[in-house]
Amino acid sequence: MLTNIGVIAGKEIRTYFASPMAYVVAAAFLAITGFFFVASVSDAFSEASIRGFLAGAVFFMIFMSPALTMRLIAEEQKLGTLELLFTSPIRETEVVIGKFLSAFVILIVMFALSLFFVLLLYIYGVPDSGPILSGYLGLILYGAATLAVGIFASALSSNQIVGLVVGAGILTALTLIDLISERVTGTAQEVLNGFQLGASFTVFDLDSFGVAQGGHFADFARGIISLGDIAYYLSLTGVFLILTVVVLEARRLR
Amino acid sequence: MIKLEHMSKNFGPYPAVIDVSFEVLKGEIVGFLGPNGAGKTTTMRVLTGFTPPSEGEVTVAGYNIETHSLDARRHIGYLPESVPLYLDMTVTDYLTYMGRIRGMNTAWINERLERVIDVVKLGDYRNTLVGRLSKGYRQRTGIAQAILHNPDVLIMDEPTIGIDPIQVVETRELISELGSEHTLLLSSHILPEVSMICQRVLVINDGRIVADDKPSALSSRLLHAERIELGVRDAETRQVINALRNLGMVIDARTDSRAENQQRAEAEGRLALLVDARPNQGASEEIAKTIVDNGWGLTTLNPLPLTLEEIFLQLTTEEELES
Repeated sequence: MLTNIGVIAGKEIRTYFASPMAYVVAAAFLAITGFFFVASVSDAFSEASIRGFLAGAVFFMIFMSPALTMRLIAEEQKLGTLELLFTSPIRETEVVIGKFLSAFVILIVMFALSLFFVLLLYIYGVPDSGPILSGYLGLILYGAATLAVGIFASALSSNQIVGLVVGAGILTALTLIDLISERVTGTAQEVLNGFQLGASFTVFDLDSFGVAQGGHFADFARGIISLGDIAYYLSLTGVFLILTVVVLEARRLR
Repeated sequence: MIKLEHMSKNFGPYPAVIDVSFEVLKGEIVGFLGPNGAGKTTTMRVLTGFTPPSEGEVTVAGYNIETHSLDARRHIGYLPESVPLYLDMTVTDYLTYMGRIRGMNTAWINERLERVIDVVKLGDYRNTLVGRLSKGYRQRTGIAQAILHNPDVLIMDEPTIGIDPIQVVETRELISELGSEHTLLLSSHILPEVSMICQRVLVINDGRIVADDKPSALSSRLLHAERIELGVRDAETRQVINALRNLGMVIDARTDSRAENQQRAEAEGRLALLVDARPNQGASEEIAKTIVDNGWGLTTLNPLPLTLEEIFLQLTTEEELES
């Protein structure tokens, strides 16, 4: 089980580094989150926090995660290698987890590179370490969930672009739930709020950088680690990985 | 090694393969012949565990392909028709990866890798990206991954399709050699190819097996022969066969070796025979006359339908057409 997952993950990680994809995405990620970071800390009297970076990351990952994962299963379907994979002694679950882990590793590498921003904060200011740690924890969980959605989208067809659009579509819908939830009341509102993926999106409001309001990411940005938020991201990850396995199994039954 | 019992596969309401039963014994090289769309690929996908059968039971290397899928798959080497390869990997990397997927350890992979590369003659290309190889060499890479783990059962779907004539010849030679080490089932829509490589041919059409015979026997049927099923009582097999062979239009007469026919004949206390004869020469009448004249009892005389003939018309019988 673990060996097979490792074999799949290892191969995919090597493919990431062998193709320009990982480098391009990483560069774009650092550039865009960099803009947000600079905007958030460069005013006089601005707070030495990574809140701007987090807002940029949460926003950009809606597109970046599906871009990272769009190839993972769609390409195997296009090349026909899925047929080889699933006539080998390997389970769908192992393939899906392996591929998920490979994208997750790339994501972690990007986050590690972004620690450069944190370093700057410590050199030029006196930041509060709590929200930085919780912010990164939140990003990792949020990243896992967005990758799982992306992998699910990639399994739907042999077309990578479809994977990208569907993945980003699902993530955008989950992010924009507040557009609906603020128009209803009572239980309906609570349920809808419960599904809010990231931050309620007022990212261009430079005072709050969105992430601090509503959604399951808000508490992480404030330095609060709540079990509910962790459970939300973990279940989202789990549900979409299971859905991916289901899609792959259903494909074979057709 | 391979056993299908009443296997059917439907895609939604459409049947792709209907009630197929056959068995491939250890060491046999069996050709799976049929026109495009006959159900060859579907049958192979069921055999390899890629897609489960809708009905019936499939056993490969002693393992049920549904209930013990992973165990069965460990014993299968498979080359799908599309020859799926990761184009951005080198030949060695690709084969190593496929070995890992099959659960081989590093020592075993290294041991087999050299041998397999040697067998398929890819030595000069071991560090070339698969995407840069010609079609023939990609085919060889595909074959290499199928035999890497030294599987008991080797299944190849149209292994010579889409490659140039010289490479076709080489690939066929390679496949023939592989037949000595593995139980081999290969599909084709080219009759001469199957005759060349296989000891036994299964003909499939519209999802049904319509013939299961030696290539030579199929070829004789292709020479516009008429096949007649015969039931004879109160006679000695040898005598009947000799008498029939003496008839001018009879190409061959022999015992019907199909198990179900044998069983029924034994139960009814008669002989079951098959006669191949030249068509349009009144074979049926002459045979009936011969048997009656000899004082034997004629219980059945059944000219078999010419469906096989029609199927062959759709097959590629001329090598030139293909290449």
